[in-house]
Amino acid sequence: MQRTKAPWEIKRELLTKAKEKTSAQYGCKPEERPTADYVRLGIINLDKTAGPSSHEVTAWAKRILGLAHAGHGGTLEASL
Amino acid sequence: MTGVLPIASEDATKAIQALLLSGKEYVCVMRLHHTQPRDRVEAVLGEFQGTIFQRPPVRSSVKRRLRERTIYYLNLLEMKERNVLFKVGCQSGTYIRKLCFDVGEVLGCGAHMQELRRTRAGPFVEDEGLTTLYDLLYYASRRQETGNEEIIREVFQPMEKALELLPKIYVRDSAVSAICHGAYAAAPGVLSVETGIEKKDGVVIFTQKGEAVAFARALASSEQILSMGHGFVAETVRVLMDRDIYPRMWKSGNT
Repeated sequence: MQRTKAPWEIKRELLTKAKEKTSAQYGCKPEERPTADYVRLGIINLDKTAGPSSHEVTAWAKRILGLAHAGHGGTLEASL
Repeated sequence: MTGVLPIASEDATKAIQALLLSGKEYVCVMRLHHTQPRDRVEAVLGEFQGTIFQRPPVRSSVKRRLRERTIYYLNLLEMKERNVLFKVGCQSGTYIRKLCFDVGEVLGCGAHMQELRRTRAGPFVEDEGLTTLYDLLYYASRRQETGNEEIIREVFQPMEKALELLPKIYVRDSAVSAICHGAYAAAPGVLSVETGIEKKDGVVIFTQKGEAVAFARALASSEQILSMGHGFVAETVRVLMDRDIYPRMWKSGNT
């Protein structure tokens, strides 16, 4: 059976349809966002430790950083 | 269970949905209930590659109905007595505890999951910017001591990182605002498109500066989009960008 490629194994190329210069007046590169926006639109690649649940860890991260909301990407069960 | 757990702040929580489409990778220690020859274990693990059926375990947070999941790869790394170390790449929502149990059933000896570490969640991997809770505490207290807000940037990555594995469509500055207001992406607004898109695939619309605009569903394949002169190429599903960062360029119908 042919193996299904994992999403990170798929290579994509960019096909150009038209060219245009982007205006410096609007928006900015994600890395250059002002700090408040950078944080508001940011993701933490957190190393979860054994013990607390994903939800607990998320709540702690939120409290430590003083965020209004936080959500995690996929539950890692606590520890049994 | 330890490892990669991406956490999104405030307005990035929408973008983190993309990880549900982007797969996971784990290293796992499985304990066999009786010793087995290595080549047999290896062969049985190999059989689990491809499509499997799983009923979520009793202790789970989803409805317990039979689900289809794809195992991209499942490789034995090391084996010592009854302990089997393996690496698995799988679709989001695959229960590894269940996988170990099922491998044990097929082997006939029984098995359970002993230890698990997630080494990847979509584009997020262990060896790129992995942050601990202690790091968060450190940077938060440094921010407080120095009053320098910028220090906190250290722990974050832009939400666009979460979208890295999804196919992208790049649009003109003039198309951005309309899409932010829910309009579909139209062919004349498209500047470039990534290969591998089929009709109905989930895609992400980007600006040329690399800012995520919206999740969308493709209405045509990559090649079709490239040659289309008019018509819609993708229907906007969820807007990620704040409205009015880019100027409104469309004509309002009710003036």
